[in-house]
Amino acid sequence: MKNEDLQNIINELGENLEFTKEESEFLNIIVPKEQLYKVCSQLKSNPDLKFDYAFCITGMDWGAELGVIYHLHSTVFEHEIVVKVKTEDRENPVLDSVHDIWQTAEFHELEIYDFFGIKFNNHPKLRRLFLTPEWEGFPLRKDYVDEANMIIK
Amino acid sequence: MGVEKKRFLNQSEAEGLKQVIPEDFPGKVIPGGNGGNIVVTTLDNVINWGRSNSLWPLYFGTSCCAIEMMQTGAPKHDFSRFGFEVARPSARQADLIIIAGTIVNKMGPVLRRLYDQMAEPKYVIAMGACAISGGPFYYNTYSVIKGADHVIPVDVYIPGCPPRPEALLEGMIMLQKKIKTENMKHKVNPIDGFDEGKV
Repeated sequence: MKNEDLQNIINELGENLEFTKEESEFLNIIVPKEQLYKVCSQLKSNPDLKFDYAFCITGMDWGAELGVIYHLHSTVFEHEIVVKVKTEDRENPVLDSVHDIWQTAEFHELEIYDFFGIKFNNHPKLRRLFLTPEWEGFPLRKDYVDEANMIIK
Repeated sequence: MGVEKKRFLNQSEAEGLKQVIPEDFPGKVIPGGNGGNIVVTTLDNVINWGRSNSLWPLYFGTSCCAIEMMQTGAPKHDFSRFGFEVARPSARQADLIIIAGTIVNKMGPVLRRLYDQMAEPKYVIAMGACAISGGPFYYNTYSVIKGADHVIPVDVYIPGCPPRPEALLEGMIMLQKKIKTENMKHKVNPIDGFDEGKV
C-alpha cells in the first residue's frame, strides 16, 4: 500500500495525528501521548493495516522532549510506518506501554526505561535491564552528567 | 660480580699471568672471560627462543578490530608463520591475550579475570585505538574504559582504527623481540604492584 493510502486510513484512527515524510521512505506519524495505546491497538487490529510486527522501538531525547519511536511492519501487506510519541515532562515522563499489543515491546521498554527514564503504564515489571540496579540517572539523556567518565564540553 | 683487586691480582700471579692494574684505578676490576654467566644466559636464550616462537594467543575480540585479527590468522597473512599457531579459546592454555576492541565497564572485570587465569609468563597486546585509549568513537561516554591498561598491564600497543593485519603482525614480532631480551634472574611479573599504580 502506498503511503498516501496509509495516511488516509490511519487519519481516521485518532484525532490530532500529525503526518510527516521527513525525506524517508516511511510515513511518519506523531501521535499525542493520550491516544498512543488506542491508535497502536487499531494499527494492529485494523484489517487493512495489520501492523503485527514492531521491528524497532527506540527511545529518543530531542532536548526539550523525551519520546519513543516505533517502527512497525506488516508481515501480511509488507508495508511499514513510523509512529512517534513525545512527552514534555522530563522530570517524570510517563507513556502507555504497548507490550500487550506487540510482546517484543516489553524488553524494548525496559531498555528505554533504563537509558532514558521513561516510565510505561501497565508494564509488567519495570526495572534496570543493562545497568546495575543501584545506578543513578539515565545515561543516554542529553543532560546526563558523569564527571568521572565524561568530558563536558 | 666485581672482585677485589688484591685477591684477583694474587690469583692471576699464582696462575702465572701478569696483569698490570694502575694503583689509582677507580672501582673494581671485573675479570673477563671466566665464564661466570655463560650457563644462565645460554639457558635464557634457549627459553626465550622457545617462548617467543610458540606464543599461543587468546582472542579477546570485543569489536571490529577482531575482524582484522581473524584476517591476520587467515591464509593471506598467516601469523602461524611466526609461531602464533594455535588460537586458544581458554585462558588457561594461552600465553598472550590480544585485546581487539572496546573494553566497557562491564567487560573490565571479565578481562581481568581472564588475565589472572592465564599461566605465567603472560603477555598482553592492546590492538587498536579503543584498547589503547577508549577509542575515537565512544570515548566520551559513561560506559567505556579509557584503555585496557587501566585493567591489566599491556606489553605492546598497536595503534590504528582498526590496525591492518600487517600492523598486528609487526606488533606481535615486536613482542617476540621483547621476550628475547628477558632474563630469568631479573624477571618481573608485570601485575606486581599494578593495582597500586606502578607503571
